[in-house]
Amino acid sequence: MIDPVLAVLSGLALALGCFFMLSGAVGLLRFPDFYTRMHAAGVTDTLATFLIVGGLMLLAGWSLALLKLGLILLFIFFTSPTASHALARAAQHSELRLPEADRQREREAEPVVESEPERIAEADALNADRV
Amino acid sequence: MLTATMIALLVVMALALVRALLGPSVYDRVLAANVFGTKTVLLIAVICFTLGRPEYLDIALVYALINFVSVIGVLRYFEFRSAQGGEALND
Amino acid sequence: MRYTLSLVAVLAFIWLANSGHYTPLLLTFGLLSIALVVFLARRMGLVDRESQPLHLSMSLPGYYWWLFCKIVQSNLEVASCVWRGRQSIHPASARLETKLQTDLGRVLYANSITLTPGTVAVELEGDEILVHALNAGGLEELRRGEMENRVRALEE
Repeated sequence: MIDPVLAVLSGLALALGCFFMLSGAVGLLRFPDFYTRMHAAGVTDTLATFLIVGGLMLLAGWSLALLKLGLILLFIFFTSPTASHALARAAQHSELRLPEADRQREREAEPVVESEPERIAEADALNADRV
Repeated sequence: MLTATMIALLVVMALALVRALLGPSVYDRVLAANVFGTKTVLLIAVICFTLGRPEYLDIALVYALINFVSVIGVLRYFEFRSAQGGEALND
Repeated sequence: MRYTLSLVAVLAFIWLANSGHYTPLLLTFGLLSIALVVFLARRMGLVDRESQPLHLSMSLPGYYWWLFCKIVQSNLEVASCVWRGRQSIHPASARLETKLQTDLGRVLYANSITLTPGTVAVELEGDEILVHALNAGGLEELRRGEMENRVRALEE
């Protein structure tokens, strides 16, 4: 009933999707501070979601389910940058402020600043006893 | 493959829960909750294919909407907290 | 008027794709809800060039395709960073100036930055974007401005 080529392709997409999703989740646990964890979550939100929903779309064939999966994919792709931006901006208004943000208008010296792990660890510790 | 995907999704959700429990900041927890939510959407979609019932996709769609709105709502609540305590600065 | 028609088309598509029951009663409900949403959107002044960027419909697919390739590429990078561990990442942040003029262009640019794993647009103020990157290389790439130039080509 399902074309074997499509079945193999969808299996491949699902497997790749699982791999990227697991890498994202491991990154979520392994990365040292909030902002880097956000990048790891970004991996699970973009390519992994695309691959898994794409694999399901290949299984669905021409039906209403295909359109609905397309809508889900489109919706996740439109909302995930909004959600992560809102999250980053909210963190920016807290103790997790990026060092660069303090030097508002003077960026002539050296624009790239390595973020200081101790500072963030300190902020994390601050948060830990507050939460 | 669908079963394997389902197991992988459950593992990812468990890892997100571990991050949510470890924290350490509120924002890490919200991030983990967001990841958990989007994975739930995918899990519902995969389940509806294993059961062969395409109607369940509607639930996935609605869950995606609710997840987004709830994350934004929670962030509105936490955004303007000062460093010292739970006092809202403005807005 | 063009924008209203395109909104009606989009809403009708969403209704038809999600309902799956094409009986007269449900189609009437669909028409009524579309009419209600269009009325509310017009009253709120949301039906305009910004919410329905019809003038971009020819050039946007090409940009999205480029962005998709970019996303795949940076996904591979971030995934490899995850497995190589902590010493492979060098988080950096900087305020980048943008030459984009319109709000639509800026939002598109900032959203593209966020959607690409490895870089997140944290704050957008005036003509500056605060970007956090997993590796300093990501910032360098944004400074080179390929993405910005592509968005600017859309603006015109």
